[in-house]
Amino acid sequence: MLKTFKLGGIHPQGEKLTAAMAIQPLQLPKEVVLPIAQHIGAPSTVVVKKGDLVKTGSVIALSSSPVSSNLHSPVSGKVVKIEESLDASGFKKKSVVIETEGDVWEDSISRDFPQTNFENLSSAAILEKIREAGIVGMGGASFPTHVKLEIPAGMKVDTLLINGVECEPFLTSDHRLMLEHGEEILKGTTLLMKVLNVEKAILGIEINKPDAILLLNKLAKNYPGIEVEALQIKYPQGSEKQLIQAMTGRLVAPGALPASVGVIVQNVGTAYAVYEAVAKNKPLIERVVTVTGKGLSNPGNFLVRIGTPISDLIKAAGGLPENTGKVIIGGPMMGKAIANLNIPVTKGMSGIVLLPVEAAARLNDVPCIRCARCVEGCPMNLEPYLLMALSEKGLWERAEAGHITDCMECGSCSYTCPSCRPVLDYIRSGKSQVGKIIQSRRNSASTDINTSIKPAIPE
Amino acid sequence: MSHLLTVSPSPHTKSDEIIPKIMRSVIVALIPVMVLSAIFFGLHSLRIMLAAVLACVFFEYSIQKFILKVPPTVRDGSAVITGLLLAFNLPAGLPVGLIVLGSLVAIGIAKLSFGGLGQNPFNPALVGRVFLLISFPVQMTTWTANITAADSFTGATPLGLLKEGIKSGKSLATLAGDAQIPGYLDMFWGNMSGSLGEISAVAIILGGVYLLWKKIITWHIPAAVLGSIFIFEGILWLIAPDRFMDPVFHLITGGVMLGAFFMATDLTTSPMTPLGKIIFGVGIGVITMCIRNFGAYPEGISFAILIMNGFTPLINAKIKPKRFGGK
Repeated sequence: MLKTFKLGGIHPQGEKLTAAMAIQPLQLPKEVVLPIAQHIGAPSTVVVKKGDLVKTGSVIALSSSPVSSNLHSPVSGKVVKIEESLDASGFKKKSVVIETEGDVWEDSISRDFPQTNFENLSSAAILEKIREAGIVGMGGASFPTHVKLEIPAGMKVDTLLINGVECEPFLTSDHRLMLEHGEEILKGTTLLMKVLNVEKAILGIEINKPDAILLLNKLAKNYPGIEVEALQIKYPQGSEKQLIQAMTGRLVAPGALPASVGVIVQNVGTAYAVYEAVAKNKPLIERVVTVTGKGLSNPGNFLVRIGTPISDLIKAAGGLPENTGKVIIGGPMMGKAIANLNIPVTKGMSGIVLLPVEAAARLNDVPCIRCARCVEGCPMNLEPYLLMALSEKGLWERAEAGHITDCMECGSCSYTCPSCRPVLDYIRSGKSQVGKIIQSRRNSASTDINTSIKPAIPE
Repeated sequence: MSHLLTVSPSPHTKSDEIIPKIMRSVIVALIPVMVLSAIFFGLHSLRIMLAAVLACVFFEYSIQKFILKVPPTVRDGSAVITGLLLAFNLPAGLPVGLIVLGSLVAIGIAKLSFGGLGQNPFNPALVGRVFLLISFPVQMTTWTANITAADSFTGATPLGLLKEGIKSGKSLATLAGDAQIPGYLDMFWGNMSGSLGEISAVAIILGGVYLLWKKIITWHIPAAVLGSIFIFEGILWLIAPDRFMDPVFHLITGGVMLGAFFMATDLTTSPMTPLGKIIFGVGIGVITMCIRNFGAYPEGISFAILIMNGFTPLINAKIKPKRFGGK
């Protein structure tokens, strides 16, 4: 019996249309747009100005705080403007715009061959290279990798999990990366093991990718400490807490970090980027993006420079079909629908999914029939039907008591609801309200402490 | 492109298991019961099922359209199921007028007066059935002889015979030897007196397995109902075998099977969490056996389910799933 996580989960159609399509490099864009906040944490500080000439791989923005990330130019050319520009969130963000002229790379980057002796770098030197290269979690979360690799004091990590689950329907970028760059992923994993000082790494892959499991199993024989584990197909297995439970049986407590149970999880794409950064000095300037949808004439997996407008990618995939009803950045379960195709590829963008008009609109919702499918499907073991009702009625205290903030917004509840109710919409709004209430309570608690240490006024 | 893109929050995909499809699956699960009831009761069974289904659909449509003035929801199929389940709980000789009245109570009072599908605290078909049982006790306990019974027995149900026998002071041994109580195999197939849909354990289990396979119900409620009846009655039987029938007799007679698989598992009126469902099912089993063994009625599962329906909100409020990673 293959492993999987215990609580909840759903089985959406796989729809992996592009699983057999090799990664193809996309031609260079005429212009790249680089939002300086494409990672979790503080936006980076821009270090170029309008008119500057940059090479491919030049730093254009530096990490500004402990949780932040460097940003490099993915093309060579001229900085034409620094302006507010739309990104996948639908909001305008400060971005650096570079006009492409040729493709001249920074001299420090060895494009074709790994540098000699990169395996012998110290763990601190590897970490520094990861930080310099601006690597963030490539699975979609975009959390700066160097921060994740620094284990908080008092915690001991013994296992590195590499996430090759790719449980979102449609997406195949990780699958193709494993098939075409398995060796590099394993080398990256070995480097990550060295940074973390762990003896053991497990690469988890769902059984719907048997070719990747077979290949990496074979390759991993030459990498001591790395095992490959085939997992059952179940969404959201790629979620960190669920993956840790599925593969190690350990439970991460609410609000706790994976390191608290001795585990760090990294995506296969991140492991690949780590290899590129350490072995070739190559910063994170390109990634694999799946462009897919049933109406596309040429769906595929494209190696594309960060900052490329997604309209270029859709053009390469055969152009936007006439009956496109929705364009999703990421997978259909957790991705973001966008209104405007003039947004750039960012570091965490794993796919673009096009849905036809008939699949774009939601079905009419009817009252809850209390069938409990949302309760059975919730991987965090919450009661989505109840949190929905509490959020709808504004009963925040009860929503907080129902652990609404545990929700990771995987969408299993809305997916499974036979009444087609927008369960997650309500929970999301309730979660943000409860989050604000918790925050203001914390703030007022700290003011209380401040007032209590003031000298008492004599009566 | 000639139109705008749709923008909405995730998820952007949806399971096709929506209410009409679930209701269709439930109707499919009821087919074995319908077939067996048609075999054992002939045209009577078709008359009752047709009358109950048509009356339920009619009342749902006309009350919603003309009294509540809301869009009718008969297309979701739930009124058909209420009609079938009500029919399954009626004796084969019941006059059509009473069936229509029971349907009006089930749909009008138990379902629509609370707000329709999903809002009703009590199982509508059982409310209709219990209303008829209390208001028309003679008609509701007049059992038409099972057409396959060559020796045309009087038609009393095994539970009725048991209750009468105990009241008149007969010992269980004489009762068991009484030819009027069919053999266990006959009862298992459904060759006995009783309501239309409750007689055949085989047909009900077949439908129940289908519901489990289609993941429309979970195992918790049927297992808890049947398990608690088996254990509760088993203990009584072991202590005093001369006063209590064995647990197998109680599992295959009366409405236990139908109740455990089709009535107690009603989505709306049963609890939300696995533990809640088990508590709910055990409650039904224990109350049923208390009524059967110590009450005035020979059968009590309808009452037991309705009583536990009443506890469902309390169970939902008190039995919470353990959050992921929580203590």
